[in-house]
Amino acid sequence: MLTCKQFLRDLNDYLDETLDPATREELQRHVNECPNCWVVCNTTEKTLQVFKGFEPQPVPKDIQTRLMAALEKKMQEEGPCCKKKHLKE
Amino acid sequence: MSSSATTAAFDESALVARAKAGDAAAFSELVEHYDRRVFRMAKQITQNDDDAEDVLQEAFLKAYTHLDDFQGNSKFYTWIVRIAVNEALMKLRKRRADRSVPLDEPIDTGEDEVAREIAVWDDNPEDVYSREELTEILDEAVQSLKPAYRTVFVLRDIEELSIEETAEALGLSISAVKSRLLRARLQLREKLTRQFKRKGDDAFAYL
Repeated sequence: MLTCKQFLRDLNDYLDETLDPATREELQRHVNECPNCWVVCNTTEKTLQVFKGFEPQPVPKDIQTRLMAALEKKMQEEGPCCKKKHLKE
Repeated sequence: MSSSATTAAFDESALVARAKAGDAAAFSELVEHYDRRVFRMAKQITQNDDDAEDVLQEAFLKAYTHLDDFQGNSKFYTWIVRIAVNEALMKLRKRRADRSVPLDEPIDTGEDEVAREIAVWDDNPEDVYSREELTEILDEAVQSLKPAYRTVFVLRDIEELSIEETAEALGLSISAVKSRLLRARLQLREKLTRQFKRKGDDAFAYL
């Protein structure tokens, strides 16, 4: 049986489902038998969910107005995008 | 144009193609579609509204200037996030320079992650707190993380970049991203559990 420490070390891969089936099963077994790790796993998962469902607020109007103005200025200065300068993708 | 920017029909690659062909309105539509996410990310990393605004502008202006170099091997969104995160990190470094605390300060790599708060949550926080309250709670929790953890968490778990993309954007190894992410997630779990735990559940904490 895994120790709680080992379980925690692999928690991310467990939650992100990037483990091979055998290791995953081993963690699954641990979490089924260890109430503490079950709680940690469950609340970490909920932590991630609450952040994922957290839609960004619109950019404040004045900041957006200044952004679009700066962009317009840039467009006029440079003309259509896509010439010159190289930035690595 | 903003209506199509908010619907599921938003077609990123078509807009990029049109922008590359010189259609300024198409580029503006990309900006309007992503500005709130770029701004949020910039704010979370710099922890400062003025810096975040600078980052927002600089990132999109740079993207406009260099759009020709965007080959479409990654998503436009990933590309703009990468530009923005570089700008944000520069701001952060500049501000921290006085105190000479490098962003990539060695972090405690002890493997003994501890979980102190062992309690299940009371319902869904979304059902209990107003949007404003929840925003404040989550923001505060993220802000309490050290920059080394915060940047990784913001890119991976809020902006939903892959581990590889996060590593590339931050110039870190995959294993560094993974270990920082684990710490960030566990620290946030502790903080949020303190806030969201079911009342009376402390008796359950027998660790």
